[in-house]
Amino acid sequence: MKSFVLNVALAAMAMSCAGSTASFAAWEPVRPVEFIVPAGTGGGADQMARTIQGIVTKHNLMKQPLVVINKAGGAGGEGFLDVKTSSGNPHKIIITLSNLFTTPLATGIPFNWKDLTPVAMLALDEFVLWVNAEKPFNTVKDYVDAAKKAPSGSFKMGGTGSKQEDQIITVGIEKAIDAKFTYIPYKGGGEVAVQLVGNHVDSTVNNPIEAVAQWRGGKLRPLCVFDAQPMAYDEPIAEGKAWKDIPTCKSQGLAMEYLMLRGIFMSPKATKDQVEYYVELFKKVRATPEWQDFMKSGAFNTTFLAGADYAKWIEAEEKRHEGLMKDAGFLAPGN
Amino acid sequence: MEELANLFHGFAVALQPYNIMLMIIGITLGVIIGVLPGLGGANGVAILLPLTFSMPPTSAIIMLSCIYWGALFGGAITSILFNIPGEPWSVATTFDGYPMAQQGKPGEALTAAFTSSFVGALFAVIMITLVAPLVAGFALRFGPAEKFAVYFLAFCSFVGLSKEPPFKTIAAMMMGFALAAVGLDSITGQLRLTFGVTELLNGFDFLIAVIGLFGIGEILLTMEEGLAFRGGNASINLRVVLQTWRELPTYWMTSLRSCLIGCWMGVTPAGATPASFMSYGIAKRLARRGNNFGKGEIEGVIAPETAAHAAGTSALLPMLSLGVPGSPTAAVLLGGLLIWGLQPGPMLFVEQKEFVWGLIASMYLGNLAGLIVVLTCVPLFAAILRVPFGIIAPLILVLCAIGAYSVHNSTFDVMLMLVFGVLGYLLKKCNYPLAPLVLAIVLGDKAEEAFRQSLLGSQGSLGVFFSNGLVSTIMALGLVALFWSAIQEGYSRLRMSMA
Repeated sequence: MKSFVLNVALAAMAMSCAGSTASFAAWEPVRPVEFIVPAGTGGGADQMARTIQGIVTKHNLMKQPLVVINKAGGAGGEGFLDVKTSSGNPHKIIITLSNLFTTPLATGIPFNWKDLTPVAMLALDEFVLWVNAEKPFNTVKDYVDAAKKAPSGSFKMGGTGSKQEDQIITVGIEKAIDAKFTYIPYKGGGEVAVQLVGNHVDSTVNNPIEAVAQWRGGKLRPLCVFDAQPMAYDEPIAEGKAWKDIPTCKSQGLAMEYLMLRGIFMSPKATKDQVEYYVELFKKVRATPEWQDFMKSGAFNTTFLAGADYAKWIEAEEKRHEGLMKDAGFLAPGN
Repeated sequence: MEELANLFHGFAVALQPYNIMLMIIGITLGVIIGVLPGLGGANGVAILLPLTFSMPPTSAIIMLSCIYWGALFGGAITSILFNIPGEPWSVATTFDGYPMAQQGKPGEALTAAFTSSFVGALFAVIMITLVAPLVAGFALRFGPAEKFAVYFLAFCSFVGLSKEPPFKTIAAMMMGFALAAVGLDSITGQLRLTFGVTELLNGFDFLIAVIGLFGIGEILLTMEEGLAFRGGNASINLRVVLQTWRELPTYWMTSLRSCLIGCWMGVTPAGATPASFMSYGIAKRLARRGNNFGKGEIEGVIAPETAAHAAGTSALLPMLSLGVPGSPTAAVLLGGLLIWGLQPGPMLFVEQKEFVWGLIASMYLGNLAGLIVVLTCVPLFAAILRVPFGIIAPLILVLCAIGAYSVHNSTFDVMLMLVFGVLGYLLKKCNYPLAPLVLAIVLGDKAEEAFRQSLLGSQGSLGVFFSNGLVSTIMALGLVALFWSAIQEGYSRLRMSMA
């Protein structure tokens, strides 16, 4: 009994020592961490955030809980402004998509990514050109020929949101092949894919995860991927074809490349220790089998960047978005 | 036949003790979530989703769908007792449910609401079981034009079939449309009517408006009338349940009609809100005692509740078979499916038989378990009305404030709720109906979006709304509903002149 008490006391001392050295060496959250999603429930960013929350809980990666909060108002502007105004609060992180660039440019809300502290890029989301499987377009060439032959504006492209990534890609395609589409914005990617199955639009640029079920069901056909190289996943999905077998658009004569950021930022004025804590956390998340399954199911590009590399990537991407959106006439007055 | 065998296999999965335990926990959590206005089914499921990641997918979906059922049942409780609808589709339940509670019949109203929800949901589950593959394809025919036609029908049937003066109805509806237009214009991607105010980026959320208009507005009215709830003499024993049950079968026609409206609206997928409003409007016209609707008629509770739940349940069908969520809660469940590694879509029924039929079996059982849980609590809920107003009113105010805050975690919304409360009080004093205003806030931006998507596709031609049999039929029905009174009058005049 005595030895038990002693052991407990020793263990407690050891633990408190360990605790104090740990808090001395590095920063750790002392309150629950808010994980802001600048998009609605059920969408791509939301799914990723909730997967991360599940992984963190299951593998005990954090001592404090991670709480997902959706702030979707104004195409995500609500979420960005919330984090921007939480200067010096290290218990707030945000997952971003391309609306990090497009929302301030298109709506003119007072926000720029430089207002936040970049943490890490988790992955990049791919875009694929899809058509209805009943249509006679088997290659990009068939598709481009048909789009060029159709009367101007009668070829319909469906996409998620307005003046966001899907419409930017559409404008890019129009420029590349010199044709005019009518772009029809919908609320969510799943809805867009179903509109294509129902032949209410002629093509879409859905993310893999949004359209894979319809591909496997034989309803949709992928034509090409808007990446510099084919996707990495070689497991057969439908008709013996894998993600890897989808050619790049560029190789098929459609010169447009686009990848969407899935990255993490935190509140302004975060210290180096605080950023380092989150970078390490997400490294651990990425090492779990659940994360790898998630990457596979959505055929993500798994590039990881942090620190200066990440900031450099964002800067280049911001310039590119500014150019693309300026060309398309999507900039808000005064921007 | 194969479906039946699959279903029994599903029952075997759902009836494992572990799953039954999850079912009861889910229902209880759901009722609590449903009673708190603003928290709602979608948020509740989203918050609890990560808890289920360590469970097998079938158990997880059983628990989540039970939370969903519980929330649906729970939403009716506050609608009837306090005139505060927790979800868009419970708004129509307040029209007759709340007057019933005030007349000392909260037990009857609650029993009717719970039982009708059960009947509606059961009808939809049976439909899913029998005709799932056939019905799923129907949703594919719905493009933007067809969706707009359905919303158009909902608005028209409300204006045309309402007993209120049509111009007051239209005025209230226009106010709702104006409020719905605030926020992001989803077609051009630009901000609209926000005047640079960050809080308005989100627009006016339906829940904030409803909690204010109905909840706070009602408290203000009651205060003016002398600090008394008129439900004080509510009987609080289980006999009420049995008595109401004996009465319910006489309304089988209303139930059946509401089931059909609900299933159709759920599959198309227009959703539960237009279904409940449309069902209420049609019942008001066709029921024998339709003139008494709005004054505490039990049929006025049966019609919207049955249709809403038939629609809510059948909305799961397009989600599973096509991957299109029919409601916000379905959207969260869809996210859950993806995380568990299941791909909703045409192949789900083929590749994940155990999961799909386990879910369908749990819909039968969860619904039944939910009914039993809430019915045994009816006396308890009804007893709440015996608490003196001086105590219950501050509690409701706090509940409303928590609800409004939890929608977007914003204190601005609580202020907004109070403003809506005053607005609701004034409108009621001037005899403007609140329901069309709420309907327009809920469906206004969706209708606008579908309308503009259709016109984009047709390059500006209105002919798109009469371009095929389906859309023309729905639009024609809408026009008939809109001018129903005029048509009826013309018909009776014609008969007079013939005679």
